[in-house]
Amino acid sequence: MSEHQTTQEMVSTAYKVIGTRPARPDGVDKVTGRALFGADIQLPGLLHGKVLRSPHAHARIRRIDVSRAARLPGVKAIITAADLPDVENKIQEVGEGAIGLKYLSANLLARDKVLYHGHPVAAVAATSIHIAEEALALIEVEYEVLPPVLDVRAAMAADAPILLDDLRTDELGRKGTKPTNVAEHIRFQMGDPAAGFAAADVIVEREFTTSTVHQGYIEPQTATALWNRDDTITIWTSTQGAHSARDQVAEVLQWPATRIKVVPMEVGGGFGGKGNIYLEPLAALLSRKAGHKPVKLVMTRAEVLMATGPTSGSFIRVKMGATKDGRLTAAEVWMAYEAGAFPGSPVGAGMNVILAPYRIENVLIDGYDVVVNKPRTSAYRAPGGTNAAYAAEVVIDELCEKLGMDPLEFRLRNGVREGDRRASGPTYPRIGYLETVRAIQQSEHYRTPLEGPNRGRGIASGYWGNWGGRSSVAASVNADGQVNLVVGSVDLSGTRTTLAMQLAETLGIPVEHVKPVVADTDAVGYNDVTGGSRTTFGTGVAVCEVGRKLKEEMIGRVAELWEVDPVEVTYADGVFAAGERRMTFQEAAGRLNEDRPVMVSATTHAQEVGPGFATHCVDVEVDPETGKVTILRYTAAQDVGRAVHPDLVEGQIQGGVTQGIGWALNEEYFYDQEGRLLNATLLDYRMPVAPDLPMIDTILVEVPNPGHPYGVRGVGEVPIVPPAGALANAIYHAVGVRLTHLPMSPARILEALWAKA
Amino acid sequence: MTPATNEIKVNARINGEPVEFFCEPRQTLLEVLRDRLGLTGVKEGCGNGNCGACNVIMDGVLVNSCLVLAVEAEGRTITTVEGLAANGGLHPLQQSFLEHAALQCGVCTPGFLLAAKALLDRNPHPTEREVRYWLAGNLCRCTGYDKIVRAVLDAAAKMAMR
Amino acid sequence: MQAFDYVRAQSTEQAVALLAEAGDRARVLAGGTDLLVQMKEGRRKVALVVDVKFIPELNELCYDPADGLWLGAAVPCYRIYGNAAVAHAYPGLIDAASLIGGVQIQGRATLGGNLCNASPAADSIPALIVHSAVALIAGPAGRRQVPVEAFCTGPGRTVLAPDELLVALHLPPSRPGFGAAYLRFTPRNEMDIAVVGAGAALQLDERGETIVAGRVALGAVAPTPLYVQEAERTLIGRPVREADAAFAEAGEIARAAARPIDDMRGTAAQRRHLSAVLTRRALRNALARSLASLKGVEQ
Repeated sequence: MSEHQTTQEMVSTAYKVIGTRPARPDGVDKVTGRALFGADIQLPGLLHGKVLRSPHAHARIRRIDVSRAARLPGVKAIITAADLPDVENKIQEVGEGAIGLKYLSANLLARDKVLYHGHPVAAVAATSIHIAEEALALIEVEYEVLPPVLDVRAAMAADAPILLDDLRTDELGRKGTKPTNVAEHIRFQMGDPAAGFAAADVIVEREFTTSTVHQGYIEPQTATALWNRDDTITIWTSTQGAHSARDQVAEVLQWPATRIKVVPMEVGGGFGGKGNIYLEPLAALLSRKAGHKPVKLVMTRAEVLMATGPTSGSFIRVKMGATKDGRLTAAEVWMAYEAGAFPGSPVGAGMNVILAPYRIENVLIDGYDVVVNKPRTSAYRAPGGTNAAYAAEVVIDELCEKLGMDPLEFRLRNGVREGDRRASGPTYPRIGYLETVRAIQQSEHYRTPLEGPNRGRGIASGYWGNWGGRSSVAASVNADGQVNLVVGSVDLSGTRTTLAMQLAETLGIPVEHVKPVVADTDAVGYNDVTGGSRTTFGTGVAVCEVGRKLKEEMIGRVAELWEVDPVEVTYADGVFAAGERRMTFQEAAGRLNEDRPVMVSATTHAQEVGPGFATHCVDVEVDPETGKVTILRYTAAQDVGRAVHPDLVEGQIQGGVTQGIGWALNEEYFYDQEGRLLNATLLDYRMPVAPDLPMIDTILVEVPNPGHPYGVRGVGEVPIVPPAGALANAIYHAVGVRLTHLPMSPARILEALWAKA
Repeated sequence: MTPATNEIKVNARINGEPVEFFCEPRQTLLEVLRDRLGLTGVKEGCGNGNCGACNVIMDGVLVNSCLVLAVEAEGRTITTVEGLAANGGLHPLQQSFLEHAALQCGVCTPGFLLAAKALLDRNPHPTEREVRYWLAGNLCRCTGYDKIVRAVLDAAAKMAMR
Repeated sequence: MQAFDYVRAQSTEQAVALLAEAGDRARVLAGGTDLLVQMKEGRRKVALVVDVKFIPELNELCYDPADGLWLGAAVPCYRIYGNAAVAHAYPGLIDAASLIGGVQIQGRATLGGNLCNASPAADSIPALIVHSAVALIAGPAGRRQVPVEAFCTGPGRTVLAPDELLVALHLPPSRPGFGAAYLRFTPRNEMDIAVVGAGAALQLDERGETIVAGRVALGAVAPTPLYVQEAERTLIGRPVREADAAFAEAGEIARAAARPIDDMRGTAAQRRHLSAVLTRRALRNALARSLASLKGVEQ
């Protein structure tokens, strides 16, 4: 069930295309199997590669001997870290994050040390995948095994094994002097927390831990590269950002970016995990070494789980105080996130999220970025947000319980609105948080009492700041009136559609007359990655701009044709007019192209980002004998700005909620004591399956973002933020136990029930 | 194609056409469909039967092609996503997936379509619960399944009316 | 995957001869849903794969109300639950066959393979045990029979010699008043490995008043699927109106019999607890089916 709620700002605007549900241009190819994903590329003379990975979580590499493998018939090239150039340690942007360049390189192929189970050590290219696999078994690696550290608090201990000899803590901006696993300590501070707690009538403090989880995209990472004899490199890959991938490859290979072309293939899911490079430089180096033949690398699922993605396990302590009349007075948060083997966890983003929906004058948030012997974490949908919001939302629920207040009333009383300042700095522009709370309050779901034993209802809210980023687009008008829209933003979930719709709306033409194309890095200007919920907003701003320019250009050219002043020419509803003269867009396209083609481009770095908020309501039933949670009903209300394509917006919310449910209930990495990942399969890494879920109801609350011509806000990230908190609260109201660890698996629920009894 | 010494000749019927190919015993049906026969609509998501992206229908039975040896295809009839659309138009399930926005990234879509077809061949009027349980072997990380389930139910309703 | 030879065996004798020749370097391929996964992961070194799906007697599914069920070792799950008479007579088996993997796994996976793979958590084995199934084994020296509860000897290990082949499973006929059930606990609702599995079977007297026989078996709580023979003594002779008390006692016996470990799929404490819970629930399901079968007779 999906509802639409429109706010005051919307009433006067009527759109022809925005808000409709056209078919996606890539749809037919995707239902017929024609769409080409990364692994689908076939090239003459293609070689197949495999990566040798460390069986140890922490070890020094004493020796690598590839000679036996090199002698195996069919083996064409073998590379190790010795084939990667030395790089200086500067900061390199990687999609939605950043990493020291030296670390990025060391993550591709381990140099002196392996830092996680699955860390690449060597790679082989051969005439068949089977020969490449056999060759891996012939590579001899001698390791000196070191003790691993897997838990974030253990890694912070004084006597913890040190992963990176050169790492020094960035302590609130000052560099430390001693070897450490703590890469950074960040603090957000506002008001006087001590005074705030003194003014509180009720204080709740709890500690939470959360397990490492993975993005779980269904398409494994893959890259195919050809290092041509002219020393240009072409890479076909599954990436969230072709330009970002190109620049990362350029840096680690110390090769000019403009001699590298990245061709973004269809992407089988990313959710943040496909902003980093893993295979691209290896495929390129193998291609060169194998005599300039194309080389394809495809990860197995085990490799995906062992060595890509995951997002941070964490430890979070939250303390909040409120007055008897239900006003928050102070909050203190201490949070430490696993970065994996190299610095760069999303702890900073988690710090932005954790208290974002609430007006609190006195706040102290400390965050720590900590390396552990696990794969280097990468962004995952609202990076760092789900675990952070979970901790805060459970504490809020407990405050409501102690105060005897309805959780939605409490949120209405303390919720942020335009002009409020968040502890991490910024002041909110027009936002729709309170509208989402009211939407749940008025929903049929919330107004229907939940009855029956062992059943409970949970409420939680969530925030994501969203992002604008840099975009380049170009549009050309064909003689038949159809418009080609060339974008560089990779399409993960339907952005070709939402961008084409914005151009159609701007030009006043049917959306079917816009043909969107995602171009390679040689064919379009720079684009930041598709991520952070930026594309429909940020690239959308560029598309609106290109539409505006195109109209201006065509008005000028029609004026030329009619020999009138351009100010006399109007354009509305697909028709140019001046005095009595009329010309449709299509006619103009034909006439103008006879003279000279019509093409414009635009670039943006969209700044007026509209933050997103959501409030979720979930009903569960807990089997007290098994600890199993059944989700009976789920409703997500979200401020979506303007729903460009409501089906796609609902899909984003339903997908985000489902990922949040998986994180909340069953997904987690299991390591043994030596740091080996035990559940590197989709059988034991338990993502939700269809029978685990009900329909996910959505309420699209539309509070337009004033920073976009059509009011667009990013919608993809927010929905993953509230589910864990909402479920924890629902479980508490069902069976009376507060779960303080994610996932809230049946075993943990049972243990909590036993502890209570 | 010249067979290597250890390659075996296999004759099968794939998407309505007789097909002859050579393969090593260690090659899975998935590998041969994709790399030898160019049927790259069949996707590999996990390689061990846990995600359903490589679903094909073999002699009327839904299977994971990653867990079938290519040599086992001898004498069998196989349908992949490429063979789903009848001449001229999309299969009602394909149409329904498009109309219901039942795909986002699209990589799991071929597997879901084949699974849904196998369901409706057997049970033309499934309930929501039956659809969800039947599709349990197919993972989708984008949609939360909501729109996929609706698309299958709606396709069933439309196919029943024809 | 490593290179290997593949032979499509045409008869049991040929398969046995091939196995005898290749020794422990040969593996039998039926549905392949375990074997191929293990070979891909390099857990099995295999030089010869003997495909037994085309041996007629391994592919037979033959049910006779008087003789019981002969289930060829290579019959895939979907054929078992697709057979209405079998589904009616062996409900515990059907519970298990429709739980193994998703439908696409059930299109290939066989109960024979599930048994020979000898996972402690195998879904079908507790069900086969409570249905009193017997394994028919062929070898160079002829044929022998082994009750399923004695078939597995450890994780991945069975009584089969390298040159022996599981031909079929035989399940005795079911009489009115018989009911059986298998259920398992998994975190997800499908596509999961049992944290604990429990099979239960009951035979009531003709009037449906007294339990005259009962069997309980557990999965995932010991190195092999576990036949909880002690539960039978508690169940026999108990009036149906006292079933709840009897089932609770049987549950406690199951809890005591369980020898679980902690692993990523569950904790030992959770498994002991679930042994009792699931045994009780499986017995309740079995009882409902026993009573229904008697009603069927009256009609």
